[in-house]
Amino acid sequence: MVKEKKVMITNKTGLHARPAAQFVQKAGKYDSKIEIVFEEKEVNAKSIMGVMSLGVGKGNEIIIRADGDDAESAVEELVDFIEVEMKKEDE
Amino acid sequence: MILIEGIAASPGIAIGKSLLKQEDEIEIDKQNISEDEVDEEIEKLHSALEESKKSLQELKEETAEKLGEEKAEIFAAHLMILDDPEVIPAFENKIRDNKLNAAAAVKEVIDEFAAMFAAMDDEYLRERGSDIKDVGMRVIKNLLGVEDISDKMESDVVIVAEDLTPSDTAQLDTDKVLAFVTRDGSRTSHSAIMARSLGIPSVVGLGSELIEKAEDDTTIIVDGNQGKVFFAPDQSTLEEYKEKLEKYKAEQKRLLAFKDKKAQTKDGHQVEVAGNMGNLKDVDPILANGGEGVGLFRSEFLYMDRSELPTEEEQFEVYKKAAQKMGDKPLVIRTLDVGGDKELPYLDFPDEMNPFLGYRAIRVCLERDDIFKPQLRALLRAGVYGNIKIMFPMISSLDELLAAKAKVEEVKAELKEEGIEYNEDIDVGMMIEVPSAVMIADQLAKEVDFFSIGTNDLIQYTVAVDRMNETIAEMHTPYHPAVLRLIKKTIDAGHAEDIWVGMCGEAAGEELLLPFLLGAGLNEFSMSAVSILKIKEILTKWTLAEAEAESKKVLELGTAAEVKEYLSKIAK
Repeated sequence: MVKEKKVMITNKTGLHARPAAQFVQKAGKYDSKIEIVFEEKEVNAKSIMGVMSLGVGKGNEIIIRADGDDAESAVEELVDFIEVEMKKEDE
Repeated sequence: MILIEGIAASPGIAIGKSLLKQEDEIEIDKQNISEDEVDEEIEKLHSALEESKKSLQELKEETAEKLGEEKAEIFAAHLMILDDPEVIPAFENKIRDNKLNAAAAVKEVIDEFAAMFAAMDDEYLRERGSDIKDVGMRVIKNLLGVEDISDKMESDVVIVAEDLTPSDTAQLDTDKVLAFVTRDGSRTSHSAIMARSLGIPSVVGLGSELIEKAEDDTTIIVDGNQGKVFFAPDQSTLEEYKEKLEKYKAEQKRLLAFKDKKAQTKDGHQVEVAGNMGNLKDVDPILANGGEGVGLFRSEFLYMDRSELPTEEEQFEVYKKAAQKMGDKPLVIRTLDVGGDKELPYLDFPDEMNPFLGYRAIRVCLERDDIFKPQLRALLRAGVYGNIKIMFPMISSLDELLAAKAKVEEVKAELKEEGIEYNEDIDVGMMIEVPSAVMIADQLAKEVDFFSIGTNDLIQYTVAVDRMNETIAEMHTPYHPAVLRLIKKTIDAGHAEDIWVGMCGEAAGEELLLPFLLGAGLNEFSMSAVSILKIKEILTKWTLAEAEAESKKVLELGTAAEVKEYLSKIAK
């Protein structure tokens, strides 16, 4: 099953540093193949090097795409992480 | 004897044996392997990766214990790189597809990643390039069985290196390493900061001369106070430094006793001894040296080395963190003080004939709501998290003070309207650094919660002496009787309105001036972190009455030279 969702990065640091590390750790828990699509590039969402190399900053829109049995919950949790938990870091 | 001068990065004196660290000279033999050797190389790679992970794990735990969780985070990041699902296959593919031996394969992959990060716009990401190299070298050393520098380390060594990576610095065994000196670096580079946290002396930025002239296993003296390094010192220099070292050790030991003691005189008169800071990193040294507050947080550092104004959120984060670290202790934050010698390229101010008499500090802020309001909002919001006090720089008239205060009220009303949490009762004070402000200090004192005297500018404006002009540098002295009288007048005016008066200029940490300032009634002394303990100690040698009597006498003296001579004579 392939599942994907668009999400806007709204926290201050973007998907770098600590948020990137936490994101990768969350992605790593799932069996599905998970990718981030940004500006025509696709990277493995379980790779810290891949995620950081995208240079996703505040205001950028990315697509999270998962392929596998747990794709639905993976996309849900990762989008939630970006929209809710990463925002909390700013407060 | 060879003397090389650099940047004093971490104070203290060390005398030891030099140990040259020549990491970059590890030779990686690039070999082409045959098809049947591929599996063997991949196996070697994996055992080197395991070794590296094990040592990083240990390093992470050790660092967390020695220096705190925050400093250990870097190694957690290194571990993530070695667990990365993209990196490991990249190593393997290099071995398999390009038929390279493991060490050369790792080197090539690491170089590719490092180049990718180095090309990025974001400074944070560019720095990550060096983490990747750092991790890569660790794996390569494991592959080649190269001894780590700590393996061949004897006791009492001084490390001499081009630069030290975070892992190098964290791995230093401070039982064996007395100090380190590097070719590269500045006071704010990672290794310098680590040296100060570890409390070992360090001189950095010594230039290529260091690498050219340094020899292994030679006697070396590191003077972290003055930024000097001596190789093979002659007998008299060695004797001189041995004596200095003994004195320094004895003094540090003695002074440490004052860390947790209240700043007070022999007869129990209490004052506050605080520290000056520019950015968040300065908070720890202030607390470690027994600072009872921050008397001056120069907020302009948040505005420097960047291409646009910091946002309200960015400032809020910094002020909040500083406030939380300081707890109940006062944290005086000065609003933006630019112009004069401090320029911000992105604000694009026109050149002026007399920048120090021109468009600067509060004069800029009062005209530019886009600069002033976000800062005031950030300060008021952060005020919820600690004991923040707002201080305006360069106030020269009552109008300016009232206008600045009105701006604070305006911002408070906006925050209230928006339902954002802020500190309604935040203290608001001002710097006294212009003679006109001293002359009307009685009126100004009615409008603020405190005064803080900025001596550098007060001297410059009082004596009409450009503080940047070296030809007349001698005239820029706090011992000028006019300056001392202005200080006294300011303190008296403040006390008449029951507000406290502090000093955050260089003079506050000057040992000679202490009895005068104490006797004149100064309530708060704010200085560099390194001076705090010494000033606390001197305070205990005086009674308030003695200092008051001396202060009166000093105010009657005619010349700066007489003042200095008299203060030297009575110094305790």
